[in-house]
Amino acid sequence: MREPGPPMLPLVLEGIGFSAGGRDILSGIDLVLEAGPRTVILGPNGAGKSVLMRICHGLLAPTSGRVLWSHRERPGEPRRQAMVFQRPVLLRRSVLGNLTFALAVVGVPHYEREARAVAALGRVGLAAHARRPARVLSGGEQQRLALARAWMLEPEVLFLDEPTANLDPGAVREIEAIVQSIHASGTKVVMVTHNLGQARRLGDEVVFLDRGRIVERSAIDRFFRTPATAQADAFLKGELPWH
Amino acid sequence: MSTFGAVFGEAFRLIGALDLALLDIVWLSLRVSLSAVLISTVVALPFGAALAVTRFPGRDALVVTVNALLGLPAVVVGLAIYLLLSRAGPLGTFGILFTPAAMVVAQAVLIFPLIAALARQAVADAWREYAEQMRSLGAGPVASSLALLHDLRFSLVTIVLAAFGRAIAEVGAVMIVGGNIDGVTRVMTTAIALETSKGDLPLALGLGIVLLGIVLLLNVGAHLLKERAQRHHA
Repeated sequence: MREPGPPMLPLVLEGIGFSAGGRDILSGIDLVLEAGPRTVILGPNGAGKSVLMRICHGLLAPTSGRVLWSHRERPGEPRRQAMVFQRPVLLRRSVLGNLTFALAVVGVPHYEREARAVAALGRVGLAAHARRPARVLSGGEQQRLALARAWMLEPEVLFLDEPTANLDPGAVREIEAIVQSIHASGTKVVMVTHNLGQARRLGDEVVFLDRGRIVERSAIDRFFRTPATAQADAFLKGELPWH
Repeated sequence: MSTFGAVFGEAFRLIGALDLALLDIVWLSLRVSLSAVLISTVVALPFGAALAVTRFPGRDALVVTVNALLGLPAVVVGLAIYLLLSRAGPLGTFGILFTPAAMVVAQAVLIFPLIAALARQAVADAWREYAEQMRSLGAGPVASSLALLHDLRFSLVTIVLAAFGRAIAEVGAVMIVGGNIDGVTRVMTTAIALETSKGDLPLALGLGIVLLGIVLLLNVGAHLLKERAQRHHA
């Protein structure tokens, strides 16, 4: 069901800078995101992780530099990238209605919507909740619905901005399992997280940001075992005091 | 008819007896104001939502203008519509001056800024929460506006009710464009004004009581609807 067409990836960021209110939030970001490996963006609070992700996804325009997709999305085309936010925004309608709305927005014909939405709910274990109002779901269920909404469109890239912050451990496990399945189905996963255990479980590579700059990029094992920079070392020691 | 109590007694007797003249006036009031609210709502809600979710040059000026028109005096609207609809006016060929249609037009214009400004505010507040998600999904201004109006439907009911309250309670605009013609364009407010000045206090008071009752009933209905919806959607 994925839109035919040339792949969007790799995504190339060239000299990206972003400032707001006279403060530089990102500067000199050069980054290439390839299809395949799951990329985890780590860094201390205020490093600019979420801003970087929003620039990739097109929600923010960089103050300087260029965002180059291999194949550019044109306005009006169904989106081939999706994002799941820390706090999912669900519409005040049924669980199923939230999904059929997202399908309608990208131009899926009326007769296909319900079947696709029901299938998407099944994949995240929410089939039994289809007719309930979305806003009465628990936090974990709401996030699963947000994942179903993103996954349903079979995006080439999925951006996740701390998708399990403030969720209980059971819900976190469910979310992580879904993210694994989404990756397994062929979607590139790019994730910001504060949970280092989660980064290890879900990541293949780390992009480490500090004060608006990328200071290190390496495979996940190497990053945790032998960080190459003093900043990453300090970050890991600070986050994992028992190291 | 001279004492306060006697006036009230006679007013309730008129209501209780379903006085035909009184019923006609009430019915015309409801028809005119409900039509005006319906027409104005259909245009003003999407207009207000669009003002909230889109950015274009001159948008801020438009928002300020719509907000300023919240305080539009009914008589000024009446006068403007009168000039437009009068024989020599640009819309004079329709020949609707001094008919209920002209009153509907006047009230619809009067409450348009009220619905548009309050809807814009409600949608703009919600938009802060929704904007990123909507853009991420690829929803354009039209889909976003409609989705927000749908999500805010229970708050919008209150806005539309306020507009209905303003429409059915105003006297200046319908007086000017309707002319308060007995049996044709006489509505509750113009009748109250006239009967009071004539000294027929029971009819005026009876109409006043009916007017209050209608507004109260509508608000009770809206309140119950909202309560139920909030329980359902959390």
